[in-house]
Amino acid sequence: MKALEIALFALSALLCVGGALGTVLARRPVRSALGLLTAILGVTGCFLMLSAEFLAAAELIVYAGAVVVLFLFVAMLLGPDADSPRGGQGSVSRWVGAVIFGGAAVGALGLVVRLASDLGEPLGARPAGFGTIAAVGHELFTTRIVPFELTGLLLLVAAIAAMAVARGKHRDPTRPSSGGAPPGGASGRKPEEAS
Amino acid sequence: MIPIPPSLFLLLGAAMFAIGAVGFLVRRNLLVMLMCTELMLNAVNLTLVTFNRMQPSSHGGQIFAFFVIAIAAAEAAVGLAIVLAFFRLRKTVRSDEANTLKH
Repeated sequence: MKALEIALFALSALLCVGGALGTVLARRPVRSALGLLTAILGVTGCFLMLSAEFLAAAELIVYAGAVVVLFLFVAMLLGPDADSPRGGQGSVSRWVGAVIFGGAAVGALGLVVRLASDLGEPLGARPAGFGTIAAVGHELFTTRIVPFELTGLLLLVAAIAAMAVARGKHRDPTRPSSGGAPPGGASGRKPEEAS
Repeated sequence: MIPIPPSLFLLLGAAMFAIGAVGFLVRRNLLVMLMCTELMLNAVNLTLVTFNRMQPSSHGGQIFAFFVIAIAAAEAAVGLAIVLAFFRLRKTVRSDEANTLKH
């Protein structure tokens, strides 16, 4: 049982780090999206080990089911134009910032590993009802009801904003565009005549 | 129950966040930059859930992570819409080309 848990954690950690590296290093955005999907699967495994079943399900549904698919749609809509150019010259300041941040992160991780050699004691037994859908849902709909409803409002506004931004200038496909008339202009053509 | 110490989860989250942040700084593809922000948000979610497991008196960390997931979905939708509008304008997704406000 213990070896199974350790193997599950090792698999999840490998998926997380490998997927993250694949996201960053891939040249084509489609492969980056697949790397993000791998990392999300690893995070979901970690959630399951941390007894957060509801969040694991939500993560799979929202990220793997919606966000990654949205990224894939956009990457396929843009086609080969979305690929990163090979051997493009990067600006020096960008690399300097990345190297400083990456070096600091690696140094901090190494310091933490070296100082905490015993890594602390393992987690205790799971309290009764911790992390179940019933418990999380009860807390979400009683004490956190106001931010939950505000999240719904935020998602509504984001959906409308995404449609408004992505649509761009609306051009009626039934209207001949030879004259270059402004959209909604006074061309005087009725829609039922045009169709 | 779990023979894994929670500090390993925290280290994993920190490593994912660092990879995502470096990728955000290095890459110039707007799509990949958005994916790197998603990576960072996932790493933060992992950290929040780990802390909540260490203090299981309430579900504050898990609910916070739930809100982070919802906001990340909204951010991805709006960000990808902006990428599409930018691509329509410049026929590229390189972030260096977004210099209309520069001069």
